[in-house]
Amino acid sequence: MPRRDDLHKILIIGSGPIVIGQACEFDYSGTQACKVLLDEGYEVVLVNSNPATIMTDPAFATRTYIEPLDLTTLTRIIEVERPDALLATLGGQTALNLAMELKSAGVLDLWEVEMIGADEKAIHRAEDRLEFRTAMEEIGLRVPRSMLAETVAESESALQELGLPLVVRPAYTLGGIGGGIAYDAESFRRIVEHGLQLSPISQLLLEESVVGWHEFELEVMRDHADNVVVICSIENVDPMGVHTGDSVTVAPALTLTDPQYQVLRDAAKAIIRKIGVATGGSNVQFAVNPTTGEVMVIEMNPRVSRSSALASKATGFPIAKIAARLAVGYRLDEIDNDITRKTPACFEPTLDYVVVKMPRWAFEKFPLADRELTTHMKSVGEAMAIGRTFKEAFLKALRSRELDGPAEVPGSAQELRKALAIPTAERYELVLQAFRQGLDVDELHELTGISPFFLSELGDIVELEREVRGAPQLTEQLLRRQKRYGFSDKRLAELTGRTEREVRALRIEHGVLPVYKAVDTCAAEFPAETPYFYSTYEEENEAVPGERERVVILGSGPNRIGQGIEFDYCCVHAALTVRELGYEAVMINCNPETVSTDYDVSDRLYFEPLTFEDVANIVANERPRGVIVQFGGQTPLKIARELAEAGIPILGTPQESIDLAEDRGRFGKFLEELGIQCPEYGLATTPAEAAAVAARVGYPLLVRPSYVLGGRAMQIVYGAAELEHYMMTAVSASPDHPVLIDRFLEDAIEVDVDAIADGEDAYIGAVMQHVEEAGVHSGDSACVIPSISLGEGTLEQVREQTKELALGLGVRGLINVQFAYQSYQLYVLEVNPRGSRTVPFVSKASGVPMAQLATRVILGERLADLGLERRVPEYVSVKEAVLPFSRFPGTDTQLGPEMKSTGEVMGIADTFPAAFGKAAAAAGMPLPLDGNVFLSVCDSDKSAATILAQRLHSLGFTIYATRGTATALTSLGIPVHVVNKVFQGEPHVVNLIESGEIGFVINTPFGRGARADGYEIRTTALRKGVASITTLAGASAAVSAIAAARRPRVQVHCLQDLHAAAEDR
Amino acid sequence: MPSPALIVLEDGAVFAGEALAGGGTVGGEIVFNTSMAGYQEIATDPSYCGQLITYTFPMNGNYGADSERDESGKAHARSIIARELTNYRFNRASRTTWLDWLAEHGVLAVSGVDTRALTRHIREKGALRAVVSTEAADARQLRKAAQGLPRMGGLDLAKVVTCDKAYEAPALEGGPAPDLHVVAYDYGIKRSMLRCLAERGFRVTVVPAQTSAREVLKRQPDGVFLSNGPGDPAAVGYAVKAVERLIGKVPVFGICLGHQLLAQALGFSTYKLAFGHRGANHPVKDLRTGLIEITTQNHGFAVKDGVVTGAAITHLNLNDGTVEGVAAPDRFAFSVQYHPESTPGPHDSLYLFDRFRDEIARFQKGGEA
Ligand SMILES: Nc1ncnc2c1ncn2[C@@H]1O[C@H](COP(=O)(O)OP(=O)(O)O)[C@@H](O)[C@H]1O
Ligand SMILES: Nc1ncnc2c1ncn2[C@@H]1O[C@H](COP(=O)(O)OP(=O)(O)O)[C@@H](O)[C@H]1O
Ligand SMILES: [Mg+2]
Ligand SMILES: [Mg+2]
Repeated sequence: MPRRDDLHKILIIGSGPIVIGQACEFDYSGTQACKVLLDEGYEVVLVNSNPATIMTDPAFATRTYIEPLDLTTLTRIIEVERPDALLATLGGQTALNLAMELKSAGVLDLWEVEMIGADEKAIHRAEDRLEFRTAMEEIGLRVPRSMLAETVAESESALQELGLPLVVRPAYTLGGIGGGIAYDAESFRRIVEHGLQLSPISQLLLEESVVGWHEFELEVMRDHADNVVVICSIENVDPMGVHTGDSVTVAPALTLTDPQYQVLRDAAKAIIRKIGVATGGSNVQFAVNPTTGEVMVIEMNPRVSRSSALASKATGFPIAKIAARLAVGYRLDEIDNDITRKTPACFEPTLDYVVVKMPRWAFEKFPLADRELTTHMKSVGEAMAIGRTFKEAFLKALRSRELDGPAEVPGSAQELRKALAIPTAERYELVLQAFRQGLDVDELHELTGISPFFLSELGDIVELEREVRGAPQLTEQLLRRQKRYGFSDKRLAELTGRTEREVRALRIEHGVLPVYKAVDTCAAEFPAETPYFYSTYEEENEAVPGERERVVILGSGPNRIGQGIEFDYCCVHAALTVRELGYEAVMINCNPETVSTDYDVSDRLYFEPLTFEDVANIVANERPRGVIVQFGGQTPLKIARELAEAGIPILGTPQESIDLAEDRGRFGKFLEELGIQCPEYGLATTPAEAAAVAARVGYPLLVRPSYVLGGRAMQIVYGAAELEHYMMTAVSASPDHPVLIDRFLEDAIEVDVDAIADGEDAYIGAVMQHVEEAGVHSGDSACVIPSISLGEGTLEQVREQTKELALGLGVRGLINVQFAYQSYQLYVLEVNPRGSRTVPFVSKASGVPMAQLATRVILGERLADLGLERRVPEYVSVKEAVLPFSRFPGTDTQLGPEMKSTGEVMGIADTFPAAFGKAAAAAGMPLPLDGNVFLSVCDSDKSAATILAQRLHSLGFTIYATRGTATALTSLGIPVHVVNKVFQGEPHVVNLIESGEIGFVINTPFGRGARADGYEIRTTALRKGVASITTLAGASAAVSAIAAARRPRVQVHCLQDLHAAAEDR
Repeated sequence: MPSPALIVLEDGAVFAGEALAGGGTVGGEIVFNTSMAGYQEIATDPSYCGQLITYTFPMNGNYGADSERDESGKAHARSIIARELTNYRFNRASRTTWLDWLAEHGVLAVSGVDTRALTRHIREKGALRAVVSTEAADARQLRKAAQGLPRMGGLDLAKVVTCDKAYEAPALEGGPAPDLHVVAYDYGIKRSMLRCLAERGFRVTVVPAQTSAREVLKRQPDGVFLSNGPGDPAAVGYAVKAVERLIGKVPVFGICLGHQLLAQALGFSTYKLAFGHRGANHPVKDLRTGLIEITTQNHGFAVKDGVVTGAAITHLNLNDGTVEGVAAPDRFAFSVQYHPESTPGPHDSLYLFDRFRDEIARFQKGGEA
């Protein structure tokens, strides 16, 4: 049976904001599904709260709702849209859980919405640990012995039964959050409490540990005719105990004999059938005992997943795309393999290369977080590399991670042994170092549990390092040999005491150049239609550039805090526009989660690291008109100068402008010439110099090392001692770069602007007013379009200055300017001559496709000819940041100039409060509508706080406060319950939060002291999932939102309608 | 220090690598196999007799080697070619390393080759004759040698690899007690075929390729099995004759070469494919159930599509539409081009061995199902 004609309208639920464990991969799968279903002629209704996604672009669905992903909102949307079917298997765990809620709430039955892909029975069978275990035993497969527990007491008895070590897994949580391996009674109790707390149904599975077994994943697909194929096998280099999302993984599995692999394949087939996933893809995880060969089933995800995205990029087989087709009735043999075009999708891809995926973490941002890698995922992004051998792929993956600095690795063998015993982010640097220190495979296997096969491969890498180190000179033969193994010019330079330039020159002189091989799903058995390439050092080059002129777009590499999906959004639009304009779009990126690495997006995709070497090589092969560096965030900018110096044309904003904007000194002069104000500042490399600057500009100060992304190591400094301390630590961190010292503007309103300039004119996309005051990183603070409190005069000034900056800098394309508005004065905080994090938000709020327009300008079109006029949307859009604190128990939730959020959501409504309320709900911090609120604010906030208290009181909240705040309020006749600060002894505020008496915390810290004070309050609130707000501005927005939320009915808005309306006005 | 090796094809194409096991000069038809695992099963499969195998999966040898995974007593491939031959023995199911195994079995093993380029060349030009050498550095001379090799077309290699006298296949310990007797023609039979039969309660007598139908029937088998094997099916006339005499009298099940022989006996003809099917990911549709099997394949010749009275085409290859199975139900004969015993490859098609039992039962019940 081909396409189902009884379906007309299909509802797709996205995965919401980017969080740890659920990132761009669901934009990739969701976007593919939307495309396919539109192609098939269905009406697609899409709901996703994440504005940074491609899928939420109006063009990718018939009806797009950027709304909170919760039961009430979805219910409303279903009432309004009346879809025939719900496809919930492409939006990650979020969509799956939501679909289950809708089902059990009777909403789907009431409106006769059919669940396609996987129905509730299948989902339940896979997700409910008990049912799953029974199902597996019925088909003769083993799962680790386990017991359910819903209370601490129950878990204690389970502990008696199963013994230690014990794996604790909370039911229905994402990325294993809240889970862990308990090795002793104490850690057991801690993990159990946390787990019960985080499980939506407060249920735990306590499980026999198989730590140290080898971990494998199979991506399996099934159609309604019961045809089953296995798309890809993935082997975890890190054994069981480290979450797959935190493991280095390879595809295909490398260490299994065919009989051993077939055991897993047979099991995977049996499992998808037993679970009853009608159509689509599933991910099955196995643990295999390396000595006995015993196999256990760890879990099955009845949906596409991070691993299926990886598998799709690793094999060229688009799992989500096929899954969508299967869901609407097609059979595998009725769908073409669109890489070969000649053969059907009903086959199993075979690889003639090796793929290595490496995670990227952000521990540096959460100093208090536990850095040990365990069963709950902690990484924020990943890079994938393709090579012909494991070594080549591994070394490419290492450099694809694009770390901010070299990993810190102890020198002595003794320390190494200690460090290696615990899996951490530096694990592989440590292993390599250990080999350099003379440790051998056996000992490292003892220490890490990593299989001797992979360890030997890593040992070889160190052996090869020795070989070049010792070599008298870099002969052509030696160079070629090393390059074949995957060493970068940079690494060879380090090893031979040369500069990267020298090695590169030598390499080119010897004609040691890479060739490009295609990823074709069939190991060259059939001609490949789809150009998807990786580099290697062999004879035949398959990537022959086409005859049309080419434009290279540099992607943004692995996700990290400060640089995520927003930049991929821009790159994808750049590629689509480049093609629209008749060029061939050439995409370079190494992030397997993204839409940009979908071979459908560009004319040619190079899955390569974003280093100067790799990019320059591709440029040499493609000979493009030029390279676009302004959409991939800081990653392309970092190599832009080198590219320019190598004579590679940079399209759009010229390199000089980029340098000017980044060089604080020259930029300061530039501002002076334009007569534009910025906070007083100075540069310092020594404590003395710093003190001098401080004396000139006055405290408080904002200090940071130069050239940082996402406000790394940025700090507000209130006094001399603090400054001294910072200079000691920060400067030693990066000796060659001076420390930037700005006057910190207190209680300033921060404003963000995204604009496009063409050298003659500039178009202002939108002026965003931040909700939190300056001092909270723009990426972490909520912001609103249009501005809610700035006067038209100020706004005009903002637009004017932005224009002047854009033209003065000679920007061609996108520019982002951040202002602070303090006591009627406007200051420029920062200018980014590139696409910014807020471009997608602005585009969605205004309906103006900023990235497309910028691309046209970059390629020579004039703004004047694009016929743009300012859009005045009649609705209010709020962007709210989503923070990962709950994944790092013990970290302070307080916001500052260093960015910490992983994702964002958008709330749209006709008033600011309503929009803010939606955004808060979408961000997963629904505001309580009544109950007890705890209020504790710093002195400077006290007066303002009274108004807030007043409103809370009139909304019927009972107010709790510590003595200081309390007196201020009672004096105004607001009833307040006084509670102890922690040091004042029990019962204190933390007890009240613990006991759940307080459902809402407003705590504005001030200065170092108070910030430390509130720490326990905030972390407790976080642990208990109590809404907690750390800025007064945020608080008052929240209170307005609460008031608004009291209105009876949820309003939902469809983007297509809103934008049409904006058009008409 | 490994010695450099040259691979020279009859059309003059040259590929360079280094020999990590064996040496000298060997020639044969050069083919590629796209399986990602099972290099040892492949190298010991008699169907590769007289061939040079290019493994498209670049890392070859990762999990070592073990006689348990031999498909015959020896290596039939004359040379194996890979991007990177590795030399590990960490897998619990391996007693030796792949390189040691290759050296011990005298296989000329070439590493460091741009196997993807080589594979693409074979895909475009077809399975050519080629020579691999660690001696002669002169490519022109090696090309001449390659051109001097016999072509696969018209070659009867079954008689080269078959056993020299009949024998009883060893019983499977732990397997079911045999209740049916089958005579298996050895045209180059794989051990796993014998295992699959034994696992299903067959007692197996293996007979040489040239054994006549009369001799076979004298053994009063419940069924006759036609094995896989190398060479040109059109060059094995004696076998086709024997099969012609057997069908109708006893249920017959054929695999690969066995399939091509049965097909000819039923009236189909065979032809040489450009570069054949060798891998473990080929989709085959069972036309009766409409279901798809992912199959292991290894053949350079195929059965021509056509209409034959009393026989039907039962399976098709979804990649190129070639014939994958035929059957003559009222004569209790059926066969498939692919390898249900797999090794290496998916187990999707094991059901065919059960079908063989069913056919025998149907036959013994006098035809009604
Ligand atoms: N019984 C166990 N013993 C040891 N490690 C385990 C066990 N179960 C799971 N793990 C580890 O925890 C990780 C996460 O478990 P999984 O069931 O996959 O949860 P998630 O839904 O987060 O993927 C796995 O990748 C594995 O490394
Ligand atoms: N002089 C200042 N006064 C107050 N806040 C500032 C000042 N400079 C920067 N900030 C705050 O720090 C945040 C990060 O600074 P920014 O220059 O934007 O660094 P990044 O490159 O990380 O975006 C800004 O979003 C703003 O909230
Ligand atoms: Mg998992
Ligand atoms: Mg900024």
